[in-house]
Amino acid sequence: MTERIEFVQGNEACVEGALYAGLEFFAGYPITPSTEVAELLSERLPQRGGRFIQMEDEIASMCAIIGASLTGRKVMTATSGPGFSLKQEAIGYACMAEIPCVIVNVQRGGPSTGNPTHVSQGDVNQARWGTHGDHAVIALTASNHQDVFAMTVDAFNLAETYRTPVILLFDEVIGHMREKLVVPEKGEIAIVDRLRTSVGKDVDYHPYLPREDGRLPMSDFGGDHRYNVTGLFHDMWGFPSNDPRVVRDLLHHLVDKIETNVGAISRYREHHLEGADYVMISYGSSARSAIHMAEHRRERGERIGVLELQSLWPFPEELVRGKCRGAKGVIVVEMNMGQVMRQVRACVDAPEKVFLANRIDGKLITPADIKAVLRVIQGKGV
Amino acid sequence: MKHTSLVLTGSGGQGVITAAIILAEAAVIHEGMNATQTQSYGAAARGGSTRADIIISGSPIFFPGVSQPNILVCLTQEAYTEFSSIIRPGGILLTDSRFVTLAKKVDANQIQLPLYDTVMEKIGKPIVFNICLLGALLGINAIVRPESVMEVIKTRVPADFVAMNNRALDIGLVLGANRETGRSLPADG
Repeated sequence: MTERIEFVQGNEACVEGALYAGLEFFAGYPITPSTEVAELLSERLPQRGGRFIQMEDEIASMCAIIGASLTGRKVMTATSGPGFSLKQEAIGYACMAEIPCVIVNVQRGGPSTGNPTHVSQGDVNQARWGTHGDHAVIALTASNHQDVFAMTVDAFNLAETYRTPVILLFDEVIGHMREKLVVPEKGEIAIVDRLRTSVGKDVDYHPYLPREDGRLPMSDFGGDHRYNVTGLFHDMWGFPSNDPRVVRDLLHHLVDKIETNVGAISRYREHHLEGADYVMISYGSSARSAIHMAEHRRERGERIGVLELQSLWPFPEELVRGKCRGAKGVIVVEMNMGQVMRQVRACVDAPEKVFLANRIDGKLITPADIKAVLRVIQGKGV
Repeated sequence: MKHTSLVLTGSGGQGVITAAIILAEAAVIHEGMNATQTQSYGAAARGGSTRADIIISGSPIFFPGVSQPNILVCLTQEAYTEFSSIIRPGGILLTDSRFVTLAKKVDANQIQLPLYDTVMEKIGKPIVFNICLLGALLGINAIVRPESVMEVIKTRVPADFVAMNNRALDIGLVLGANRETGRSLPADG
């Protein structure tokens, strides 16, 4: 089998990545601009023995993938805007019960029904804190279709590795734009499969007792072992507990398993960063404009580069601090009111040198928009 | 490196978006180029105005929007009025003589062709109007080879319709190649 070259929308690249990663179950409720993900999977998934269910709403979709994951399947749902809000409670359940799942959010303008057919990156903080209570989560993003594919595969791998929901934060421009995608051959990208317990049938199985390496082997629900799953704080049997030690230890575990692995989870690209006086930090479709500008400025000898973030949560603080050290200015390029900019300011040595180049009117930010901000920073006026 | 930016505008149902996708796909799949295709999303449907932006390049493409196209196509009077001013100076502005009356002077090579009327006269089916348009574009500027476009069309239309599409493409190629040229084509980029 040779690699396949396609000319597709970003949403289709996501579907290809999910199938490559071994997606077996999808439940969803179509919503612009994510609809093509569900549409394509309704055709592709049954063709290879998987299950596609269009549910009655986004809440049910999220709950359905959680149940299916517990039975041992690789699962995904896709949504946007208000649909992502509706899923939040069940995302918290998946965090607490440590159930691997992938949630695609193709961002559109919000709040509420907002600007359904236009681009935004306004859900960055919702991906982090949308569900209540202390928790940790993984969120990945991409600026081009090859990376949409790769990040989707990664999302499944990370969900299995850390037993956690992983959010794919795409945006309308990436979802709908068409460009080249090379679908890799089978085996070219490593796939992480479900870690299943070696405990035999009718032998006591502790669903929440970590191995020495901290990982929790799973048992397909409804199979060899009977165990409890709950959104309440729970002991190693999965039964509810409000014992202060159990509560504290579980919360530590839920947060630490992700926050102490930032280095392993972080994904990013560098564009002309070496010796850059000005560092742009961007992600998703915004990064395309930042890279476009950096390419042209470098041709003219200007020292300006881009740190493109592909993982937004856990936020790669050490990476960002290091890349921004010594820069005359840092420009965060995004399509919201500064959600990543605030993260950058919180972790760099010189927060007063961090500026925002944004656009919030539903249009893709342009290289000209960024140039205007750079001029002001450089004292050249508008 | 060869780099072409196009904006195709018209009315929903004319096949503008489909034509844009076919052209860009031909460049990527059959000519080893890079291409991006974006379109205006919204309440546009049959009868509403549509716009597709395409960049075809031998180099990587980052920003996918087109603000000053090398080639602009306007298939309705409304689209012509709204978009004719964005043409890159010296670029090509292609319109259809049935739908557009040229009104203003722009710094471009304005080419007016009877694409729709010729399709109706020789084939009688408006559904291949957009393929005739693609032929005309390729007759004017060899963005990709016509064979590459036909390869893409074969994957998108039922076998019985391939010949009709091929004819429409050929009609466009002839109309485009035999146009009355005002001036030479602009340089790449």
